[in-house]
Amino acid sequence: MDWVNAIVQGTLLGGLYALFAAGLSLIFGVMRLVNIAHGDLIVLAAYLGLTTTVALGIHPLVALLVVIPAMAGIGYVLQRAVLNQTLGDDILPPLLVTFGLSVIIQNALLEGFSADPQKMDAGALETASFGLGGLSLGVLPVLTFAVAVMVIAGLQWVFYHTALGRAFRATSDNQDIAQLMGLNKAHVFGLAMALSLAVVAIAGIFLGIRTSFDPSIGGGRLVFGFEAVIIGGLGNLWGTLAGGVILGVAQTVGAKIDPGWQLLAGHLVFLLILAVRPNGLFPRVDG
Amino acid sequence: MSVSGYHVTRTSRAAQAAAVLGAIALVILIAAPWWAGRADLRLIGELCLYLALASLWNLMAGYAGLVSVGQQAYVGFGGYMLFALTIFGGLNPIQAIVIAGVLGAAVSVPVAALIFRLRGAYFAIGTWVMAEVFRLSFAQVSALGGGSGTSLPTGIVRSLADGRSAREALAYWLALGMAVLVVAAVYLFLRSRKGLALTAIRDNELAAASLGIDIWKTKFLVYVVTSALTAMVGGLIFLQKLRISPDAAFSVNDWTAFVIFIVVIGGIGTIEGPIIGTLVFFALRETLADLGTIYLMILGLVAIVVMLKAPRGIWGLIRSRFDLELFPLGYRVRHKQQKGA
Repeated sequence: MDWVNAIVQGTLLGGLYALFAAGLSLIFGVMRLVNIAHGDLIVLAAYLGLTTTVALGIHPLVALLVVIPAMAGIGYVLQRAVLNQTLGDDILPPLLVTFGLSVIIQNALLEGFSADPQKMDAGALETASFGLGGLSLGVLPVLTFAVAVMVIAGLQWVFYHTALGRAFRATSDNQDIAQLMGLNKAHVFGLAMALSLAVVAIAGIFLGIRTSFDPSIGGGRLVFGFEAVIIGGLGNLWGTLAGGVILGVAQTVGAKIDPGWQLLAGHLVFLLILAVRPNGLFPRVDG
Repeated sequence: MSVSGYHVTRTSRAAQAAAVLGAIALVILIAAPWWAGRADLRLIGELCLYLALASLWNLMAGYAGLVSVGQQAYVGFGGYMLFALTIFGGLNPIQAIVIAGVLGAAVSVPVAALIFRLRGAYFAIGTWVMAEVFRLSFAQVSALGGGSGTSLPTGIVRSLADGRSAREALAYWLALGMAVLVVAAVYLFLRSRKGLALTAIRDNELAAASLGIDIWKTKFLVYVVTSALTAMVGGLIFLQKLRISPDAAFSVNDWTAFVIFIVVIGGIGTIEGPIIGTLVFFALRETLADLGTIYLMILGLVAIVVMLKAPRGIWGLIRSRFDLELFPLGYRVRHKQQKGA
């Protein structure tokens, strides 16, 4: 039963990793941009959530109403003002500029909030649990997983059933022709980044309710998100959810064997999958 | 005008002048233990090691197109090998650093086989995952202090040389020697046949492949050599620090972010760039370090602005204006008379 429990808890943890990964997957799909600052933006969202809950005295989940639009706005401005200038054939400019952003965000948070670990207070939600077939499930992890599924389903719907999604897919396929068809790619990319950071906002809030956080943890979150994307297969959103679940299960099962092995087990499973299925488990079929 | 009126040359007057000035500077730097204070000696030594790291990263990213953000894997590996080989292997630190280089090369082979499957930016983050694996693995080794790290036993430190100033001078010379070795190795490599292949790959991968260059093998070779030398630099870094812990050894900011900023600010894809970048980085650090976190924000901002406004860096600006090349890699066609005049 312990092992079943580890797998179930790992699956639920995978929901959080899928939230980390979804925004990364989205912008890579639309504009081939890998955002090194992604993890630090998640931490920034957590701090925004913390500030909002403390200042307004509201529940962290209600703070989403403030943090999501704020992060989306930051995303749009960031893309239009900075990141659009870095896009091109050379991968170095976006990598370096987002690396610079990562260092700036980390140190700005350090300056503003100090290195002390912080946590959001979500009241009874943090410890509430219910029994299910002999297992005890936390309400928060289940809620996180459900939100992850909703976010992925929502992104999938936006991509394939809306005009915005059509614009995303068109610029992804061919930027120049999309431009000729009357799409402003600078604007489309801005919206993609806004959507990505809206998901980052959700990820940041759930991270901040689940565990304590400090300005230095962004890099680790980026790596988890990245692993989930690669395990699931590039360009496949449901695959990203599966990748997050595999990573989460690997970590909880690893921790079950030896607590020191939690993170290492996740990385090793990632490397194993990279060795046997370099395109991930569920790559999108191009054609 | 006949063909005989021209000749092909590699060197230029500027390059010759730079070589003479470089030699003079090197002599002055070798003599540093006699004229510099303890703190200055340490600073110049650290500068040399950053120069070595930056030159190596530049070779990988600027020439081979392997943009890695995981070089801390080899810095930390080299550091830990220094500690392990001296504490458990009974080797003296200099032998340990050389062997750390060999082991770094050995460990980089399977790593490359795995992460070379990732393309472009995903390769970059893949190298980061590798560095995390290294960090977490070394944190598991309780004999080396686990997650909290360990210090180099005094007996080993003493075995290096008699007396504190002799030890510090030796550590400094090793750092200086490493920087000279790396810059010279990169220079000679780029002038060789393999270096020509590498430059061709940098300029156009498809065209290089059609000329019969084995792209995978060339990049693989660069990755392995870079890893070996980075591990040796890592050993020297922690020989200066005398203490190691997983978080310090595998720090992405210290050993990769700053190194990338140095190369980009100085000018990526040139040998001169990392040298200028290192000098600028240390000048900024020495003047702004009191600002603490603000200094790091300024550094990030400078790197972003340089990347957006002058992607070829400071040396790129100088070169496009004065047509200078201090480390001559290309060939130039000149008038014979011009040479005599």
